[in-house]
Amino acid sequence: MRQKYQAGRRRQATKLEYIVLTILALITMLPIVYMVSTAFKPLEEMFLYPPRFFVRHPTLRNFAELLIAMDALSVPFARYLFNSLFVTVATVVLGVILSSMAAYPLAKYPRMPGNKLFFSLVVSTLMFAPEVTQIPRYLIVDRLGLIDTYAALILPVIAGSYGLFLMKQFMEQIPVELIEAAKIDGAGEWQVFWRVVMPLVRPAWITLVIFSFIGTWNDFFTPLIFTRSEQMKTLPLVMSSIGGGPGQVARWGAVAAASLVITMPTLILFVLLQRYVMETMAHSGIKA
Amino acid sequence: MKGLNRRWQAIRYAWHEYHTMYLFMLPFTLLFVVFVVAPVLTAAYLSFTYFNVLEPPRWIGLSNYRLLFVEDDIFYQHALKNTFIFAIITGPLGYVISFTLAWFINRLRFRQLYTLAFYTPSIISAIAMSVIWLYFFANDRYGLLNYLLMEIGLITEPVAWLREQSTILPVIMIVSLWMSMGTGFLVFLAGLQDVPLELYEAGMVDGIRNALQEVFYITLPVMRPQLLFGAVMAIVNSFAVFGIAAQIAGLPSPLYAGHTIVAHLYDYGFIRFEMGYAAAIAVVLFLLTFVLGRVAMRIFSER
Repeated sequence: MRQKYQAGRRRQATKLEYIVLTILALITMLPIVYMVSTAFKPLEEMFLYPPRFFVRHPTLRNFAELLIAMDALSVPFARYLFNSLFVTVATVVLGVILSSMAAYPLAKYPRMPGNKLFFSLVVSTLMFAPEVTQIPRYLIVDRLGLIDTYAALILPVIAGSYGLFLMKQFMEQIPVELIEAAKIDGAGEWQVFWRVVMPLVRPAWITLVIFSFIGTWNDFFTPLIFTRSEQMKTLPLVMSSIGGGPGQVARWGAVAAASLVITMPTLILFVLLQRYVMETMAHSGIKA
Repeated sequence: MKGLNRRWQAIRYAWHEYHTMYLFMLPFTLLFVVFVVAPVLTAAYLSFTYFNVLEPPRWIGLSNYRLLFVEDDIFYQHALKNTFIFAIITGPLGYVISFTLAWFINRLRFRQLYTLAFYTPSIISAIAMSVIWLYFFANDRYGLLNYLLMEIGLITEPVAWLREQSTILPVIMIVSLWMSMGTGFLVFLAGLQDVPLELYEAGMVDGIRNALQEVFYITLPVMRPQLLFGAVMAIVNSFAVFGIAAQIAGLPSPLYAGHTIVAHLYDYGFIRFEMGYAAAIAVVLFLLTFVLGRVAMRIFSER
């Protein structure tokens, strides 16, 4: 055992570790496989006994049914897609930049007055059940005259407590010397932030991009209460109305297809971005 | 007068020293105050009122709290109890599993594939999920679990997993654990990338002998900020359990076996439209998580 231990050699996993983790991963994936498989099941196969996990005669009928259901809507599908994409991208970009900017002083200037108070305020708001704050929030958005605008879907979600919390935690690890050194070289705070701090916490903000994208993309409550007109609705909202609510057997297949369609973008984004979380830091020698 | 003057000077000094930093925080703070702090304060205020959403709130002092603590048996016997059982088991368990999995995966080849496998469940939307779980745990013989157990011969009659008082909560816990490799898990993975390799080498020189020592003496201390984040999120999420419970067991669940604090809150706020009472429940939940959050911060703060 003793000779086998090698410090920091991350890729020295044993065969046993591979086997155990692979089994665990497969078990975890089972329900997902079931979801994908159901999306391709013909109606006869959905209520079989004995229950069948995998699809026997895969069909695209569910997707066709989804298209037909989409076609019957009064607003073209592209509009919903645009709404979802626009709202999600705007929320993610603004949210990540603003939270990071606010997190920087909190993490690196602990002696700044108001700093600690502000941070505990941020963490405390995380703990207040969002169900109850929705109504006051609705009243505020209404008072500001933002109902049924893109601003109503974007602005209230940007300043999320937990984005700031996440960024602050990662920024704390940046050695002060690096920031000092950049300042001695003549960089202003703005430059330090963009050229030193943000590159160093790349795993953190990429992770935040992933969370924020998934959260906003799947969010169906915000558009439900802040939009009125059909033109402002987003994909999850429309998709949820297709099946006529959960448990509606008639469109069971279309719902299964819809859940697959709506999940795909988030999975693709995750696969594309997670690579950067895993590979950047291992190579940078800047860490003190 | 003198105190005021001194305070004014302190503010001027702070502004002089840190004004760029305050400007950095300004845009976030504006949105945060308008859309987060104001609603939270309003909700706290509502907890002292009778508010049915249609009429303006009417001040009733501590009545809501008195009702909640003295008379509401369902809150005590079911909501509070179930939430505590759930949180005490799934909170720490999910937290430890997240870190352990992240640590192992970080050492593997094809790390991305493994990450994807464990992370995907937490992305899937709630409606899609309920379709899957209702099939797995269906009460009749069409359910996958019943079918399998009957095939092996462990049970002869199908078990009504989602109707039996004794199985509802465990089912909710299992599903939650399955979905819990989300936020904390990814943050731990990102945090593991931040542990400088030189520290591991230095550790070996200092006499660290095995991987377990390495975790306890190097990895965990360096990852303190991420661990705190994960802990706070675990506390908040496990005490706020509701969505999964409602999807699986319904609202209200059979004999309140899956009733939680937030389910109770939802019941009063959105079914009976007693927003004031719902707000009082939210305040109590807040105080509970706040105290635990403080404890976590104490544990993980640097000495």
